[in-house]
Amino acid sequence: MAKAKTNTSSGAKTEDVLARHGVTAKIALELMQEMLLYRRFEEKAEESYAIGKIGGFCHLHIGQEAGAAGVIKVLQPEDYAISAYRSHTQAIAKGISPKAVMAELYGRVGGISGGKGGSMHVFGRDARFFGGHGIVGGQVPLATGIGWKIKYSGENLVCICFMGDATVNQGGFHECLNMAAVWELPVIYVVENNKYGMGTAFDRVSKTEISARSVPFDIPASSVNGQDVLSTFKHFRNLTEEVRSGGGPRLVELRTYRFRGHSMSDPVSGTYRSTEEVERHKEESDPIAILRHQLFAEGVLDQDTLEEMDVTAKTIAAEATDFADESPIPEPEALYENVWAATNVHGRLFFDGQRT
Amino acid sequence: MATMTYREALNEALREEMDRDPDVFLMGEEVAEYDGAYKVSKGLLDVFGDQRVVDAPISELGFAGLGVGAAMAGLRPVIEFMTFNFAYLALDQIINNASKLRYMSGGQFKVPITFRGPNGPALQLGAQHSQACETYFLHAPGCKVVTPATPADAKGLLKASIRDDDPVAFMEGELLYNLKGEVPEEDDFVIPLGVADLKRVGSDVSIITHGQMVHLALQASDKLESEGIEAEVLDLRSVRPLDVDAILETVQKTNRVVYLEDSWPYAGTGAQVVSIIQEEAFDHLDAPVLRVTQADVPMPYAKNLEALAKPSVEQVLESCKKVLYR
Repeated sequence: MAKAKTNTSSGAKTEDVLARHGVTAKIALELMQEMLLYRRFEEKAEESYAIGKIGGFCHLHIGQEAGAAGVIKVLQPEDYAISAYRSHTQAIAKGISPKAVMAELYGRVGGISGGKGGSMHVFGRDARFFGGHGIVGGQVPLATGIGWKIKYSGENLVCICFMGDATVNQGGFHECLNMAAVWELPVIYVVENNKYGMGTAFDRVSKTEISARSVPFDIPASSVNGQDVLSTFKHFRNLTEEVRSGGGPRLVELRTYRFRGHSMSDPVSGTYRSTEEVERHKEESDPIAILRHQLFAEGVLDQDTLEEMDVTAKTIAAEATDFADESPIPEPEALYENVWAATNVHGRLFFDGQRT
Repeated sequence: MATMTYREALNEALREEMDRDPDVFLMGEEVAEYDGAYKVSKGLLDVFGDQRVVDAPISELGFAGLGVGAAMAGLRPVIEFMTFNFAYLALDQIINNASKLRYMSGGQFKVPITFRGPNGPALQLGAQHSQACETYFLHAPGCKVVTPATPADAKGLLKASIRDDDPVAFMEGELLYNLKGEVPEEDDFVIPLGVADLKRVGSDVSIITHGQMVHLALQASDKLESEGIEAEVLDLRSVRPLDVDAILETVQKTNRVVYLEDSWPYAGTGAQVVSIIQEEAFDHLDAPVLRVTQADVPMPYAKNLEALAKPSVEQVLESCKKVLYR
């Protein structure tokens, strides 16, 4: 964690910051505890990847924790969230246990998807976290369908659809915004703009800003400093209530920055961004440092308490890796489970000679 | 002969074809400034500039279709998919446009486009990033499908694909980029599409295969040899056009066939090859043709399940012995 400057990167003064955001000290401290957990959880995942306990692609949310904490905090448990492949923290925020997420990363039976999904495919039906999607933009139509279901059933719920900035150049995104607007679906499309789609700067491949992308569909768009968890929380609390009360869809740009490489197999910096740029962002816009500074100034948090909270976060993260380590690998029979709804009565479903 | 990696061989092919023909350009995600997600296009931006080595947004349908339009209008695009998993987003452009435009226009248009990128199961990438996609591109007439297994084949076949006047899905083995091999140093080394290659000569049983699985077949053949069984390994190299003569020749020689592929069995390449064999070489068979494929399930993430889902040397040995009644 870097030391935050006197002013937050949004330029607001820190005095009375809680009152201005309508956030109680209790909520603010919870947000701090949650962001610390996400940071420590992702660091544990990073360590586990380095020693080969996690394989494949693994995309960390370090630097972007305020997006998970501040957005999902405003939801009710029955509300929905769905995301792409940088979603460990969002899954935890939505109510999946850190143990079940870590065990999924390890490919173990105790994983939330039984080890069959992996880092990119964390799903928790009961927590109403609908994945964990590996193809850029693949979750956007699904979120639109969730919004359709909410409206169809007359429920008083909302769906949050997280995506990265590069998603706004996918065709499906535009098709879905149109449908969501036509049918006034209760979906908040949240673009986590960390400035780079993998190694390509957003503005190298995009003519217009993210907030301009919903203009053709008459969907209100807004931007928020996604490194400032209090601003994020306030913004989404208001927005969620508008959408919940029938206001139709919204597009939000969450301006953020990732402190690690695109995935564990990619460099942190290099041809597409400089080490200096990354260091500057870590220095100036670390969401944990920003909140720490705000809460210290408010007098609701001191260094000792913060350190205790960090110990709690580290303990939960360590318990998650312990759990994952101890969870068994899947039984061979699991290979053929959950391909189809049930054993078929008529006709053959499997064609590899192993199952009929 | 020069020794180089599969990745370097592809890079050379692109470089040579772009040198040779100013109508050839490369477009895709991360191909220019990042040198390609798998570094296949390394250095090409510096040589050819950003008009010919172009970073695209993450808009697969859009840039694949842009390539089809450019090809109709006279250019010779090479469209890179970061992996063929993402080409599913562009299937409408590849199947309904690229593959059918010549036919629908009564031959007025040609679509000389190469769609290329990594294909096939990789390591613990889960269900959406780890799969052999070739069947989707094979099924509809109009698109050629090429699956090189060695650096030499990668170079010679990519050059042929780029020069081909029909759309080609050039499907590189995702796990092969670091594979080293000998590549002929001749000035213009081109391998025509539709010519299979005997990667190993044998007399007892034929393992017919394509793409990454060629290497599994060779490993299995070594084990069989130690048990006194001489397996022949026929690498189809391109699965459409398909070298039917080479298939029939090996069947007539060994009378026993195992088809090995890392895609799913239903309507897979092996199913087509089996159909051809039973139609055209039925009397030469001494046993039913067996197939070894990816398990008929989406790819699981867990390491042990993934190993069970992929074709294994053991499965190939078992099938070879079965057709030999041993």
